[in-house]
Order: sequence, then C-alpha cells, then structure tokens
Amino acid sequence: MTSQRVGYAILIILALVAPAIAYPVFLMKALCFALFACAFNLLLGYAGLMSFGHAMFFGMAGYFYGHVVKAWDMSPEIGLLAGVAGAAALGLVTGALAIRRQGIYFAMITLAFAQMVYFFCVQAPFTGGEDGLQGIPRKALLGGLIPTKNDLVLYYVVLAIFLFGYAAIYRFIHSPFGQVLKAIRDNEQRAVSLGYEADRYKLLAFVLSAALAGLAGATKAMVQQFATLTDVAASTSGEVVLMALVGGLGTIIGPVVGAFIIITMQNYLAGFGQFVLVIQGAIFVVIVLAFRKGVVGEFAEWWRRRRSTTKPT
Amino acid sequence: MFELLGIPPQALFGQLLLGLINGAFYAMLSLGLAVIFGMLNVINFTHGAQYMMGAFAAWLLLGYLDVPFWASLALAPVIVGLIGIVLEKLLLKRIYHLDHLYGFLLTFGMALVIEGLFQLQWGSSGAPYPNPIPGGYNLGFMFLPTYRGFVVLAALVICLATWYGIERTKLGAYLRAATENPTLVRAFGINVPRLITLTYGLGVALAALAGVLAAPIQQVSALMGTNLVLVVFAVVVIGGMGSIMGSIVTGFGLGMIEGLTKVFYPPASNTVIFVVMAIVLLVKPAGLFGQTK
Repeated sequence: MTSQRVGYAILIILALVAPAIAYPVFLMKALCFALFACAFNLLLGYAGLMSFGHAMFFGMAGYFYGHVVKAWDMSPEIGLLAGVAGAAALGLVTGALAIRRQGIYFAMITLAFAQMVYFFCVQAPFTGGEDGLQGIPRKALLGGLIPTKNDLVLYYVVLAIFLFGYAAIYRFIHSPFGQVLKAIRDNEQRAVSLGYEADRYKLLAFVLSAALAGLAGATKAMVQQFATLTDVAASTSGEVVLMALVGGLGTIIGPVVGAFIIITMQNYLAGFGQFVLVIQGAIFVVIVLAFRKGVVGEFAEWWRRRRSTTKPT
Repeated sequence: MFELLGIPPQALFGQLLLGLINGAFYAMLSLGLAVIFGMLNVINFTHGAQYMMGAFAAWLLLGYLDVPFWASLALAPVIVGLIGIVLEKLLLKRIYHLDHLYGFLLTFGMALVIEGLFQLQWGSSGAPYPNPIPGGYNLGFMFLPTYRGFVVLAALVICLATWYGIERTKLGAYLRAATENPTLVRAFGINVPRLITLTYGLGVALAALAGVLAAPIQQVSALMGTNLVLVVFAVVVIGGMGSIMGSIVTGFGLGMIEGLTKVFYPPASNTVIFVVMAIVLLVKPAGLFGQTK
C-alpha cells in the first residue's frame, strides 16, 4: 500500500515538472487520451463490457463543447459541463440498447452506434462536416481568474481535470458499486441470484464511462480549439482500445501508460503517414498473442515474482 | 407516365436496384461472418480487408497478367482464401481458447495492418476496373445495366449454394456437428482443427468473391471494405448469426430498406440500418433469426 503511495507521489511530481521537459500541448493531448483510456478501461476492465464505439462520446463531447463555447458564446466551464452531460445522455440511450446483448455482440452494437453517430456528424450542420468545428476561442476560466491563452497555465488546468477524472474512477472502483460490478463481470448469474440487478449496474457503469470519456473529449476540444470527424471515427474507438490494451486491461494506471506510449509513438511517426496504422495493427496482433496483460500488468507480475523468490532467503 | 407518391418510377426502381446490389454484398459478407463465427467463435474483423483483397487480386491479375474477369472470379477467392488459411495457421489458432473479445481485437489489428500496407503500396484513391459486360436492357419502367443484374443473380446463387453446402451436404453436416460439439466430433475421428482452418479459408474466399464482384461497380481501393464491414456488423446483429437463411434474407432486406430510404428521405440513408438495429434490439434482442444463447 505504501509503495503504491510513493509511486503516485513520484508520478504527480513528474506531472508537475513535465512541461519543463516536454511540449505542453503534446502533454495535454496525452492527458486527454489518458483520461479517455481510463474511462474506457472502467467499462472493460471492471464491468467486462468492451465498447468498440467509445469515440462517439469523446468526439461528440468535443462538438458540444465547441458549439456551446463558440456558437452560444458561453464560458468554458459550461462547455465542459455540456460535453459531459451530452456524452452521458448519449451513453444512456446507446447503453440501454447495447446491454441487451452480451460479449462480442455488445462490441459490435457499440461499434454500429458509433458509426451512426459518425454519419450523423458528417451531415449535421453544427459540426462543420468535413471541415470540422474550428476556431473555438480559448476563454479564461473561473470568470477570468485563470487565463488559458498561455499553454503552460492551461496544462495545469488539464492536469487538474485529469486528476479529478482519475480520482473519480479510483473512487468508483473501490466503492461497493465497483465491487458489485466486478462480481457481475466474473459471474453474472451468481450476482443476479444474490439480488443485484445486473443490467442497472452495467448501465450505470456505461453512463459513467461515457461521461468521463466526454470530459476527456471536451477538454481536448478546449486545448486544441477544434473538434473534427477524426475524434468520432471508428479509428479513434480502436485507438482507445489499443491504449488500454497496451497499458494493461483491468489495471487502474495501465491505460494512462498505454495512452502516453501510443500518443508518443504517433507523434514521432506522424511523418510516415499510413505506417502508423500498420504499426498500430501490428501492436494489436503482438499484444493479443503474447502480452495480454499489457505493460503494467506484465511489470506487476514480474515484480511479484521477483519478490516471492527473494522472500524465503 | 405514372408516379408513385410523387416519386418517378425510374428513380424508385433505380434506387431499389442499387439497394438490391448493396443487399447482395451485405448478404454475402454477413454469411461469411456467420460461417466463421459458428466454427471459430471469432468475429472476423478482417472481413472487410479480405473483401478489398479480393477486388485487388482481380485488379492486379488483370493489370499484370491480363487475366479476364471471369477467370478472376474463380482465381481471386482461391488466392485470398489461401492467404486466409495461412493467417489462421499462424495467428488465429493461437487464441481459440481465449475470450471472444481477443479474436475481435486480433482480427481488428490484422485488418489495420493489411489496409495500411495496401494504402502504402497503392494509395487511398481508387482505381477503376473495366465492366466485363457493358450494355443493358430497357425494361420500360427502368434501365437495367446487364452487369448489375448479373451481380444480383450471382450473389443469390452464391448464397443459396453456401446454404446448400452447409445444410444439405455431408461436409456441411460435419461442420454443423463440429460447431455444436467439437470434442465429440473429434472422437469420431474427424480432424476438427483442419475443419476449422478450411472453414476460415472458405469464409475468407466468400468475402474475396464479393470483392471481385464489387470491383467493376466500385473503385478498387484500399479502404473499400473499411466502412462496409461496420455496416455488415449491424446486419449481423439485426439478423442474428444462428441461421444461414436468416443472414441472406436480412442482408437483401436491409439493402432494399436502404435503397427505399434513399428515395424517400436521402439524409437518413447512411444511418437507417443502424436505426433498424436499435429497433430490433428493443423488440427482439436476440436478432430476427437468432436464438438467445
């Protein structure tokens, strides 16, 4: 327990000094994707539901944020709230339908709904279609107290949002609600026989995950000042699955590590065009075949094995 | 000239024909997905990429070796099917003991690699494939291009042949038995792993065949299967994967619904299949022809 605390303390210090080493805009993008991956992992790792359409919450929240802040000229706080609420509402509707099927069908249904949302965004007037929603102004937060035009200041705002989201997920997982979710994941029939309404728990988990993915998407729109079709596309849904998978499904910190690995990789390979896709696909194949626990999962196991072999002496 | 609900018949029947053609592809692809899922317990996300490979195989055969369309119709599925068999032997067979989700992720990764490589080599823009049977018939109420009529007929024949092969032949009986209880079938001395490999090869060949048929209608491009496979997933959810006939009927039916939507309310034509999926999930969650399992 204490070693975990030390680990978190080191990570937070690292996050605080990170802008001195890396470009803040890159860090902010990575943090947004990290939160997105954590939200996705809440659903897959702890409820056993694999959504292959999470980009619809991430991308739509970006559009909601942009529309509220740009077209309606409201404050960024309201924009973020609109993103979260919109994503949660979308999650409620699609989740209620998707949880009627299980396993692989659940993945296909969420994928199909995300595709529907994508086609909707291509045509809907407020998204700007192929051009996207551009030039979302960066307005000061808290009624002018925090100027966000400065990337460094905005970085700490994004870090705070990320930590809030991460803490919320930590709280969910370690609450009685999280325990029931895990019970449903491991043996749904037994959980039902104990009197838990599995569908209601699953739907709640789905809505929470959608809302947090929305928070990530709205924050990304705030940072990048645009929202585009890429963020609602199936490829983004695939990317978030990859991030969680690379980091380690069902570990709370794994998706964060995975998101940083994938975003860094995309950053360095940006000049190679389609090679990024090929490499991402190859990583999928290798991870599924050989490293199903992901970076954090494999590391944790190596650590445990090392400790158990040194203890007897 | 008569009009139907204010729609000229040319437009109506033209869109219905387009719908029928789209439906033919939905039917062929969802059929392959269902056959593969029945045997391998894997939803083959690579299906769209393999459909694209079929079209590319025909295009390359024509461009480099002057192989005519009709020969490609037989050759391309064999080539792509063999590649499928290699992939099954190398990769897929390692994950059968795992949760379905890993098969989904693995084949998704395979699709990314294949489509990425094709894009690197041939770019994203499409290349035209010459129409093997130009011309058409004037049916009075509409103009029917001969090739398009041929595609619908060919798809029907392919679907019915697959149905016959699985439901009425000895090999099909082995297949169905092995889907039901692989251990018992193995005890009777049937080589189930080989049956699984063959099934995958056949399913992939079916996707490639659809790709060859699509080549003269659509542009041959690396991403031609990317969005199609997502629609086919919705088709599979609507139909349920329990029944072969169900896949065929659902595929053609949804194509027609899409065509009709294009006539009466064009903006919804891209999304109508997903709306149908939502309604089916509400009314009959197991799918129109599916059994709850």
